[in-house]
Amino acid sequence: MKNTQDHSERLTWLLGPAVAALALLAWELVVRVTQLPAFILPAPGAVWGRLLIAVQDGTLLRHGLVTLQEVLLGLAIGVLAAALLGYWLARSPRWERLLAPFVVASQSVPIVAIAPLLVIWFGPGLLSKTLICALIVFFPILINTIVGLHSVPQELRDLMRSLQASRAQTFRLLELPAALPVFMGGLRIGATLSVIGAVVGELVGADRGLGFLINVGRGQYDTALVFVAVFALVALALSLYGLVVLAERRWLWWQQKSNPSSFSYGEQ
Amino acid sequence: MVSNAPLLSVEKVSASFADRNGQLAVLRNVSFSVPRGQFVCVLGPSGAGKSTLLRLLAGLLPASRGRILFAGQAVQGPQAGVGLVFQDANLMPWRTALDNVALPLELRNDPDAIDRAWDMLNLVGLRGFEQALPSELSGGMAQRVAIGRALVQDPQLLLLDEPFGSLDALTREKMGEELLRIWELEHKTVVMVTHDIHEALYLADRVLVLGRRPASIKLDMQVKLARPRKLAVRYSPAFGRMAARLRAAIEN
Ligand SMILES: Nc1ncnc2c1ncn2[C@@H]1O[C@H](COP(=O)(O)OP(=O)(O)OP(=O)(O)O)[C@@H](O)[C@H]1O
Ligand SMILES: [Mg+2]
Repeated sequence: MKNTQDHSERLTWLLGPAVAALALLAWELVVRVTQLPAFILPAPGAVWGRLLIAVQDGTLLRHGLVTLQEVLLGLAIGVLAAALLGYWLARSPRWERLLAPFVVASQSVPIVAIAPLLVIWFGPGLLSKTLICALIVFFPILINTIVGLHSVPQELRDLMRSLQASRAQTFRLLELPAALPVFMGGLRIGATLSVIGAVVGELVGADRGLGFLINVGRGQYDTALVFVAVFALVALALSLYGLVVLAERRWLWWQQKSNPSSFSYGEQ
Repeated sequence: MVSNAPLLSVEKVSASFADRNGQLAVLRNVSFSVPRGQFVCVLGPSGAGKSTLLRLLAGLLPASRGRILFAGQAVQGPQAGVGLVFQDANLMPWRTALDNVALPLELRNDPDAIDRAWDMLNLVGLRGFEQALPSELSGGMAQRVAIGRALVQDPQLLLLDEPFGSLDALTREKMGEELLRIWELEHKTVVMVTHDIHEALYLADRVLVLGRRPASIKLDMQVKLARPRKLAVRYSPAFGRMAARLRAAIEN
């Protein structure tokens, strides 16, 4: 029983690298067959070489750190603001009904469209990018905070009330743990969206960051550099997502025991 | 005089809810009092207001008229000394059985919370399941945890709202026996809502029947069956007569 489980576990782990290897092979084949020039589609080997250079001369680290800073700062601010507002709205149904249409409407404004405005207002530096990240992160966290708090069973609220729990105790011992699964779902989405926000901001106007690197690569027909930057962004988003999943495993152990999520591979 | 005073007295209590067409009167002029140590069961048709009555007693809901006295004090909100058990176990899924039982003590910053919760789990027959999560417990076991959680703070009054309603008939009987055993040990005052006539007669010293909405007390019957009771008491003629009386009171 245990053995077959281990076996299929190992298979899942091998599947990822296998698919990646196949994709690389296909890529190489396309380049060879079509003979596309390197500024349109560089070979995997060329991208690898460009990556090594970018690592050695410190370009990747320098720009990567800039983007990371924007992403984390924006995520922190967005999550904090959305969680606070969400908590308040979930506790005041009247305000929730009043504000809900505005919150939803604000979502139909594409972030790409207002990014230039933010860069105009707050300059091409860290501030405008952080704001874009915070804005894009805000909505999913807000919604999931509210939905999570609404999912707290009324009977457990009654229980806490009958035990004369204080406001703070009710939050710490009931609302927080009960809302956490849904909240963490929002955080998974928020973490990856934050990376998108940072890149959008950098593409619009910046003098550093991975998005800026993409612009540089494009301008110099250095397409391999564009690929390097894109892969770095993917790695960044995946790592953030992985961190959230790790946090879930720590905090939601009680839930994983009964229904492990298919979006977090691996054993406990 | 003081020792004779009832632990709980309900005086001309009415309750109503606001609904679409004005007010829905649920309870009207309900009066009864419960002496210390008595085991009272409340029966009544569905929707009669049994849960509402229990929520009033627990201080979770204000009465629209009348008043409720608990240990001589007017009930104005939830208060210490009352333990509550709901229809479904209503446990926190992120807490182990032990931690669920310890919750009321933890809220009071009791340094012995875990030790006392441990003893309580033993009392309700869950030794060895301290670290189990609610999702790993059967319905009956979860309900035992809920009873342990209500008892752990040593309440004077235990309120149970159809505590075995979601269990199968056999488990239900076992849990009833178990509850009697604990009650005989701890001798709490108990008010328990049930819809099972036999369960009420087997457990209670006294059965109250609520009528249809807006409900008042239709029948207040003493159950004079010797204790400790065996399950076989159900087959005695006296039991049958009382069951028939209760059924008649509920049905019309
Ligand atoms: N919070 C509430 N708001 C409005 N109406 C309510 C509320 N709680 C209960 N009611 C109404 O009051 C009436 C009595 O409800 P209650 O839950 O007390 O009945 P019950 O006797 O416990 O029924 P059951 O045996 O089905 O549990 C029902 O008609 C119900 O619709
Ligand atoms: Mg009920």
